[in-house]
Amino acid sequence: MYNFDIAKPTTIADAVQALTADEAQPLSGGQTLIPTLKARLAMPSTLVSLHAIDEMKGVCMDDEGRLCIGGATTHATVMKEAEAHYPGLASLAARIGDPAVRNRGTIGGSIANNDPSACYPAGALGSGATICTNSREIAADDYFLGMFETALEEGEIVTEVKFPVPEKAHYEKFIQPASRFPLVAVFVAKFADGVRVAVTGASNNGVFRWTEAETALSSNFSADAVSNLKASADDMISDLHGSAEYRAHLIGVMTKRAVAAMS
Amino acid sequence: MPKDGGIGASSKRREDVRFLTGNGNYTDDINMRGQAYVHFLRSDVAHGTLTNVDVSAAADMPGVVQIFTGADFEAVGGMPCGWQVTDKHGEAMQEPKHPVLAHGKVRHVGEPIAAIVADTLAQARDAAEAIVVEIDELPAVINMKDAVKEGAPKVHDELTSNLCYDWGFVEENKGAVDEAFKNAAHVTTLELTNNRLVANPMEPRVAIGDYNRSDGEHTLYTTSQNPHVIRLLMGAFVLGIPEHKLRVVAPDVGGGFGTKIFHYQEEAFCTFAAKAINRPVKWTSTRSEAFISDAHGRDHVTKIQMALDADNNFTALRTDTYANMGAYLSTFAPSVPTWLHGTLMAGNYKTPLIYVNVKAVFTNTVPVDAYRGAGRPEATYQLERLVDKCAHELGVDPIALRRQNFITEFPYATPVAVEYDTGDYVATMDKLEEMADMAGFAARRAESEAKGKLRGFGVNCYIEACGIAPSNLVGQLGARAGLYESATVRVNATGGLVVMTGSHSHGQGHETSFAQVVAEMIGIDESMIDIVHGDTSKVPMGMGTYGSRSIAVGGSAMVRATEKIIAKAKKIASHLLEASEGDIELKDGAFSVAGTDKSVAWGDVTLAAYVPHNYPLDDIEPGLEETAFYDPSNFTYPSGAYSCEVELDPDTGHVTIERFAAADDFGNVINPMIVTGQVHGGLAQGIGQALMENCAYDDEGQLLSASYMDYAMPRASDLPMYDVDHSCQTPCTHNPLGVKGCGEAGAIGSPPSVVNAVLDAMRSGGFDVPHMDMPVSPQRVWAAMHGGAEAAAKVGVTASNAKPNA
Ligand SMILES: Cc1cc2nc3c(=O)[nH]c(=O)nc-3n(C[C@H](O)[C@H](O)[C@H](O)COP(=O)(O)OP(=O)(O)OC[C@H]3O[C@@H](n4cnc5c(N)ncnc54)[C@H](O)[C@@H]3O)c2cc1C
Repeated sequence: MYNFDIAKPTTIADAVQALTADEAQPLSGGQTLIPTLKARLAMPSTLVSLHAIDEMKGVCMDDEGRLCIGGATTHATVMKEAEAHYPGLASLAARIGDPAVRNRGTIGGSIANNDPSACYPAGALGSGATICTNSREIAADDYFLGMFETALEEGEIVTEVKFPVPEKAHYEKFIQPASRFPLVAVFVAKFADGVRVAVTGASNNGVFRWTEAETALSSNFSADAVSNLKASADDMISDLHGSAEYRAHLIGVMTKRAVAAMS
Repeated sequence: MPKDGGIGASSKRREDVRFLTGNGNYTDDINMRGQAYVHFLRSDVAHGTLTNVDVSAAADMPGVVQIFTGADFEAVGGMPCGWQVTDKHGEAMQEPKHPVLAHGKVRHVGEPIAAIVADTLAQARDAAEAIVVEIDELPAVINMKDAVKEGAPKVHDELTSNLCYDWGFVEENKGAVDEAFKNAAHVTTLELTNNRLVANPMEPRVAIGDYNRSDGEHTLYTTSQNPHVIRLLMGAFVLGIPEHKLRVVAPDVGGGFGTKIFHYQEEAFCTFAAKAINRPVKWTSTRSEAFISDAHGRDHVTKIQMALDADNNFTALRTDTYANMGAYLSTFAPSVPTWLHGTLMAGNYKTPLIYVNVKAVFTNTVPVDAYRGAGRPEATYQLERLVDKCAHELGVDPIALRRQNFITEFPYATPVAVEYDTGDYVATMDKLEEMADMAGFAARRAESEAKGKLRGFGVNCYIEACGIAPSNLVGQLGARAGLYESATVRVNATGGLVVMTGSHSHGQGHETSFAQVVAEMIGIDESMIDIVHGDTSKVPMGMGTYGSRSIAVGGSAMVRATEKIIAKAKKIASHLLEASEGDIELKDGAFSVAGTDKSVAWGDVTLAAYVPHNYPLDDIEPGLEETAFYDPSNFTYPSGAYSCEVELDPDTGHVTIERFAAADDFGNVINPMIVTGQVHGGLAQGIGQALMENCAYDDEGQLLSASYMDYAMPRASDLPMYDVDHSCQTPCTHNPLGVKGCGEAGAIGSPPSVVNAVLDAMRSGGFDVPHMDMPVSPQRVWAAMHGGAEAAAKVGVTASNAKPNA
């Protein structure tokens, strides 16, 4: 780790201000950033901790029936407090990492980082969530741009994520044996007006929607509807733990299982 | 009835109190006044010529005390190898120089190039970034097949090739073995890899060097399984420090699994630098450093063949193994694929003719050495996979084929030079069949199939050689050390006593089980006995802990020393009781005169020894302290039978272990609970190897599995509730406790049954795949089900684990 200054703002406005400093970077749960710093792979001059910003914490329902989660809310809190409103999402949060990770890591950090194997991007894209920042609201479809790439501008903070609550949803996760992140995971959400299927862990371009499955499921919401669908192996991640073909295959299996779990 | 103390009691592990309450004293807990910190700048390329290491800018950085490079170590010796193997032509193995810091060339990613000593660790790391290192990269040799090809780039220019040795065992038998294959009714052939592993003890390595100007004494605190071995190797071969001026302390050590046996450069460096800068120097490995600097394990590629007659009797066995040494010879590396592997190839079977060939190969990878089981898991895996394959080719029951070929008479001299003293392979197999509930298997399989899963059952036997070893024998085999063990028993005036043992405990629970033995012998409470280990200034010269040798060799030394104590105490008692020595009996901590009610307590005798007012001073010296060195006359041969039941998800290839049974014969058992715990730990590592762990390099010599993001360690949730039994006991005939050792059995005995079970599950689903290499990861299983063994063989394969003949 290199030396850095630390700012501990208590409001979003102060955090945004603090982030205007040269080489400043937000620090949320630190579950990704701290290991990066320890390995000396990043050299921020100032870390702006989001930990003391109460207006960025908590889980509630808004007037439009959306589940709103503050950007600095931990996975453990979502696991507990979203259960009554959106069990499919609470169950996703409950399976991120281990208890230590869940008690520190936050939804804002996960969504901002957009690791191609992270869980929340699938939940947000699969729900058609809205990513709220200090300056604007971005639809999930426009937010996730690629591996570790998002629509966020320099110094922009994810303050809240708003999830339309589907009729039902299920997250099916097949873990990579070492990291226990998804090797492939699929989030399927059934809304009155259609089905969304988001896939993480699989693609070189990060989280994506499997539109063929969405079409099939929107007209017939059953495991059978997707049992003959094959995801393409083009542009899938290929590494020590799974070839592109294996990952493409798992997309089908996980989608089918997610649907079966809801039927 | 369970005993509440002494031999056979499940006494609670007394050391756990300090471990579990955060009061352990690990090496990193030690901080010396004024200590400086060292950071090692390590090579990030696998092979290259060092053209320039410029430390001038770094030397001026804040807090930097001194920067060392390979040139600073030209005057001292290199890292020594503790075992010399003689090849099949009678020539000594090729033994390259192993510098403390790289000099001239770098030979693996992670090799230390410079050592930066500074006031703080952060300053040392900052300065490391200012060092200019220029390396002319050379092609790296990673795959063993490529390494031994004519014209391959050489890891060591001074050697004739990358072949360390070509070992034939027993070379004189080769002709007869080949002849038997010509006459065989059936031959089964199997090619396999034994996947390379990273040991991953929970505590990374740490070294602290200290030098005292007033008496010229060096002290090294280190995470070692054998501090005396480090003192001897480092003192005599590397730094030239006489042993009376060098103290090595290995305090609480958080797991070793073999990788902390060896003498490492960082230890020599900290000892050397402490004197050079006249300040203590501390190094604590990061987990990332551990991956690229702790010796790795396994990494064999083998072709094995069994010849059978028309009645399915094994008639001959031959094997052809490539064993990876890595870039340098780690301390005991040459012995692992030879004497700890070839000698075990008979397994539990009376195969009359065996020939083993091993080619040890240098590659541009981290050195490979002993890891829990060391050579014996490799032998067991090949043999037990082969026997299973044999059974399926012949269409016979794998257990019946094993039983038919079991050795049943002991002692048994194998064709690979060792003599098993005792064993009862039929008994452990009977026990296993009972534990595994084979009768219920069909119903369990049906239940799995109803859920769309496949279920498989696999079994294997194992034999290992522990209690290493008779010194004169291993001397003939090339060991450059003796392999006895020592113990001093120091009785205090008030009756409590301390045993100073040359064995070292790094999780095994010696402080509990060793005390149980002495308590039983004297008849006093375990709480009156303390076990001291891990400090060369307290303990007589001992050889440390590895190869499941502690209770068999170290325990035996302790028994011998305690016998001397008892003999002397009886003399004192006979004086106090005015009876003849032959009539004195020791029972329940009191000496009595046979046939009378006259007795004297243990404490009265020990007090008399140190306050010798009424004492036979003309006949015996005061005091009660005895030392014994024990050199075993043979290895011990624990054995057993293991079974594994898996459920396999055919859609994903994911395998879960549903049941695992282990029936072991460890001879006599001192503490059944500790033994069970040792088996549990070994099973976790064996199952980890079989299903998950894979140390893989790419073709440029970069470690692909260099952190826990990519190196899969088994966790509790990956493992079943084990069914472990050690009631089959054929005591060892040649050590005083009749014990055999249990530390490695789980890791040795489990991988084949896991793979056998997975293949069985696949067969039940119509996927007849003759073999899959470990780890049988989900993607590999899935590939095998969709493309057969050939497809599976391509999965997860990198430069380091591709087969020589593929
Ligand atoms: C052992 C382990 C296991 C894990 N397993 C999983 C898993 O199974 N699934 C999974 O999805 N994740 C997993 N994670 C990652 C974990 O969920 C992280 O918490 C998450 O990815 C990052 O969140 P954080 O709050 O810790 O962010 P930090 O580490 O603090 O920050 C991450 C990045 O996001 C930026 N950032 C943080 N907050 C904001 C914000 N509000 N607005 C803008 N930028 C921001 C930071 O500057 C940094 O670049 C695991 C992590 C560990 C250590």
